Amino acid sequence: MRHFSLTVGLVLLAMGVALAGAANAPTAEQPLRIGSKTFSESYILGEVAAQLLENSGFTVERKLGLGGTLVAYEALKLGAIDIYPEYTGTLTQAILGKPGLDAAQLVAALRAEKLELQVFLGFDNSYAIAVSGPVARASGLRFISDLGEHPGLRTAFSHEFLSREDGWPALRQAYQLGLQPTGIEHALAYAAIEAGQLDITDAYTTDGELGVRDLLLLQDNRNFFPDYSAVLLARSDLPPEAAQALARLNSLIDRDTMQSLNNAVASKGMSPAAAASTFLREQGLISAPAHVARTRSERVLGYTLTHLKLTGIALLLACALAIPVALLLSRFNRAARALLYVSGLIQTIPALALLALLIPLVGLGEAPAIIALFLYSLLPIIRNTLIGLFSVDPLLSQVARGMGLTDLQRLWHIELPLAMPTLLAGIKTAAIVSIGTATLAAFVGAGGLGEPIITGLNLNENRLILEGALPAAALAIAAELIFEWIERAVVPSHLLN
Amino acid sequence: MTALRITSASKRYGSAIALDNVSLEFPDNAITAVIGASGCGKSSLLKLCNGLIRPDSGEVQLFGEAINYNALPALRRRLGYAVQGNGLFPHLTARQNITLLARLEGRSEPQLNARCEQLMTLSQLRPEHLDRYPHQLSGGQQQRVGLCRAMMLQPEVLLLDEPFAAIDPITREDIQHQLLALHQAEPSTTVLVTHDMREAVLLAEHIVVMQAGRILHRLSSADLLSQHPGQDPQAILRQLLIEAP
Repeated sequence: MRHFSLTVGLVLLAMGVALAGAANAPTAEQPLRIGSKTFSESYILGEVAAQLLENSGFTVERKLGLGGTLVAYEALKLGAIDIYPEYTGTLTQAILGKPGLDAAQLVAALRAEKLELQVFLGFDNSYAIAVSGPVARASGLRFISDLGEHPGLRTAFSHEFLSREDGWPALRQAYQLGLQPTGIEHALAYAAIEAGQLDITDAYTTDGELGVRDLLLLQDNRNFFPDYSAVLLARSDLPPEAAQALARLNSLIDRDTMQSLNNAVASKGMSPAAAASTFLREQGLISAPAHVARTRSERVLGYTLTHLKLTGIALLLACALAIPVALLLSRFNRAARALLYVSGLIQTIPALALLALLIPLVGLGEAPAIIALFLYSLLPIIRNTLIGLFSVDPLLSQVARGMGLTDLQRLWHIELPLAMPTLLAGIKTAAIVSIGTATLAAFVGAGGLGEPIITGLNLNENRLILEGALPAAALAIAAELIFEWIERAVVPSHLLN
Repeated sequence: MTALRITSASKRYGSAIALDNVSLEFPDNAITAVIGASGCGKSSLLKLCNGLIRPDSGEVQLFGEAINYNALPALRRRLGYAVQGNGLFPHLTARQNITLLARLEGRSEPQLNARCEQLMTLSQLRPEHLDRYPHQLSGGQQQRVGLCRAMMLQPEVLLLDEPFAAIDPITREDIQHQLLALHQAEPSTTVLVTHDMREAVLLAEHIVVMQAGRILHRLSSADLLSQHPGQDPQAILRQLLIEAP
């Protein structure tokens, strides 16, 4: 038992040290951390804020593409980011849950949370319902209320709209609609409509693609959608110089400007950073391109190294915990089974949900990503270690005992080598699953190959998606090959099947 | 002092009786065969001797002292142990199997090699056999490696659990003679569990016949053969099992 607590203690210590290193320690010059959500408008506004601050002499760290409204808001409250673009309607309805608040009340409610509506950008991006042009013309659709007579139209809403209380559930009630919507990634919805596979989706009134594609926005004839003024939401402890720099953005972006910026990204293939810097230069707010873009190979190398770091640390920690624990528990059948159930339970938590659960505990960045990957790696390693040990011929264990090997010697010289092929297969599975799952780490600002994938998905840019997906696939294959090599090195060939 | 003595040992598994008040003293440096049908308790008796089974009542004395069940590994290293189907570790070569325990004991490399050489000669293994994995050896060769492994540390007591049961008859005869040669070169108190009476009278000086967890007969091979002149040993065994005293 003493051995057990010692081992567990050492492993926890190792985890603590690794996590302390991985978490974002504040640097001497305290960079300002800018967040955004996962759609291109949020990226662009995040870049606008970031580049303006950089031009004003601040060091900026970008944590763009955070996975959803609550992730971004919680990150701001916890101090993992300092600023992110938000909308007043989202704040009153989805976050604070107080739909009736006016602007002054909203400011007061946010101050109670130590947050500040730093800048009103000057446009309003409301939700809207978009219908395929041909369908709208064929059925004579103009108002949202017209949909009541066409419950059979194929409808898909973004996951957030589908589940937000002020989204689809309230809209259905307000208009008494009978549509049967499914969930879809917002970036894919317009393409699906254009391909004739979908009739209706939710839209943002500033979506750049609205002007380009054959879509009709239905009129909100019962004034259901509230005011969604775009703002930069910041922490109250934002340095006054930064607040001053950002104040120049007040009322600077009207709806047409935003729509054309969105269109530049959505249809003209411009990066959010380039669209933001073009805009800021046109407005005379920055002089030179503030942001020197890295070449593609530099970018991919950076993403890949981060990805390797996340999966590598998580895998090492998982091995350090899972293997000793499985070895100890293999002596106690019931405890071993309980452990398998618990680690199996972890496996059933969707990765994004697990990441969201971890943010309040450890903040944003690499820490929640590494912890999530660590937790997901436990099951295959524990399971295979136990199966490997349980499948050792009982006669061999008996002979080893009868010969006079101590428990530890028997484990080390006989049982562990015989379980090794199964054990290694477990680590290999964990490694490959981690490489895949780590692409979700970008949702919590940890970077890695998920960053271009998610950005590409949000901006509908296949080249960006491939920039992350191809190296991720290559890493998975490399992991497979490396583990085959390790197997050959440590296991006599006749014990491999 | 007797190296191995069992006093009034009983062992039951649930309602099944494996050993029923067994007392037995094994003559030093001689081979004693324990014989009986499957399930008669002969394997349990053997496992009693190296502590793999702990008796419910009674005791086992090794080297003049009751077994200390908290210090089994050290005690077991003074015993040799070989089992049916050889029990060789498949991930170790023959040499590694034979020398595993000696290495753990910290014996030097020259010592290991010298002892290995000696055992090889006695058991007629060839040098090239030693670097093969068990699955690359014939059944007879595997069994000889198993014997060498059991004898590596020159044990005072050797426990053999039907070591030749899985080998074809011709090879078996060879190995039986090699066991005799090994025993003559390095006599030890040997317990040979078997169900083959021919093997028992060929190898052992003393024979213990068991049935239903009890000792039925205890006699010397010489007496046995003189009492049943010209009879087939298996037939003698059948007769002994019927004539319970």
